Amino acid sequence: MPEAVLDWEGALSPPRRNGELVFDALWESRVFGLTMTLYEAGRFAWPEFRDRLIAEIAACGEDFHYWACWLRAFERLMADTGLCTRDAVDARVTVLAARPAGHDH
Amino acid sequence: MSHDHDHDDENALRAEALEALLTEKGLVQPALVDAIVQRYEQDIGPMNGARAVARAWVDPEYKQRLLSDAWQAIGELGVTTGPELTPIVVLENTPAVHNVVVCTLCSCYPSSVLGLPPTWYKSPPYRSRVVREPRVVLGEMGVDVAPDVEVRVWDSSAEVRYMVLPERPAGTDGWSEERLASLVTRDAMIGVARPGVGDA
Repeated sequence: MPEAVLDWEGALSPPRRNGELVFDALWESRVFGLTMTLYEAGRFAWPEFRDRLIAEIAACGEDFHYWACWLRAFERLMADTGLCTRDAVDARVTVLAARPAGHDH
Repeated sequence: MSHDHDHDDENALRAEALEALLTEKGLVQPALVDAIVQRYEQDIGPMNGARAVARAWVDPEYKQRLLSDAWQAIGELGVTTGPELTPIVVLENTPAVHNVVVCTLCSCYPSSVLGLPPTWYKSPPYRSRVVREPRVVLGEMGVDVAPDVEVRVWDSSAEVRYMVLPERPAGTDGWSEERLASLVTRDAMIGVARPGVGDA
């Protein structure tokens, strides 16, 4: 079952409503999907991600944004495994941010 | 507000950059990411059960099939069910009978139609009390069952799982199946809530 690796209780559990995953913005579901895609492809072991998620949530204190912590944990994992370096992400963000307003998402 | 918005924009850009880079490296394909997100949303949520309930409300023949052979009827909705296929029995609530589901031994639960079980479903107090004093437990959870309505408690097991077919709420005449399905909560299909208009 695909949900086996996810935590469903406590601070680590993803936001849910009526039992369903809740994404308030598109990027949240994309970063979740990227993580699960690479995990299912065997690119990392689940504890490698889970440990980083725990650290990010702990660093944020009480009022944490769950998916923002997930994103930072995923970025760290990508950098640490060499799958995608932070420099490469920063450079691409600069390019994407320079697009004219109203670009087609 | 704008502060939050800036953060959200920054996060969106970083997620977009990651997806673009990982795609260019051939590590992910956007269509596969879509499919995986969708699979988690469906597997984790109760939407498969909700769709079956909504179909049963609008189609009496479908309802009969759902009550007599639930897996076959649920399969008609295009639901891909796991290989385990523990038999599932659908219990119809009527003006005379209210069904509620529990697993007294552990936490058996029809997750392929209802997603993941709620935390309280696994709690010892629910598991023991709903058998002993179902009306009291239901009342505490916001479902008052009239004295002349029979309460039936069903104990799930490794051999058979149960799902409740709640009564269609009043005031929903002419609603589409999709809109009806949005009223059907996980708790309603366990029997500890009633679907209601404006109460989803």
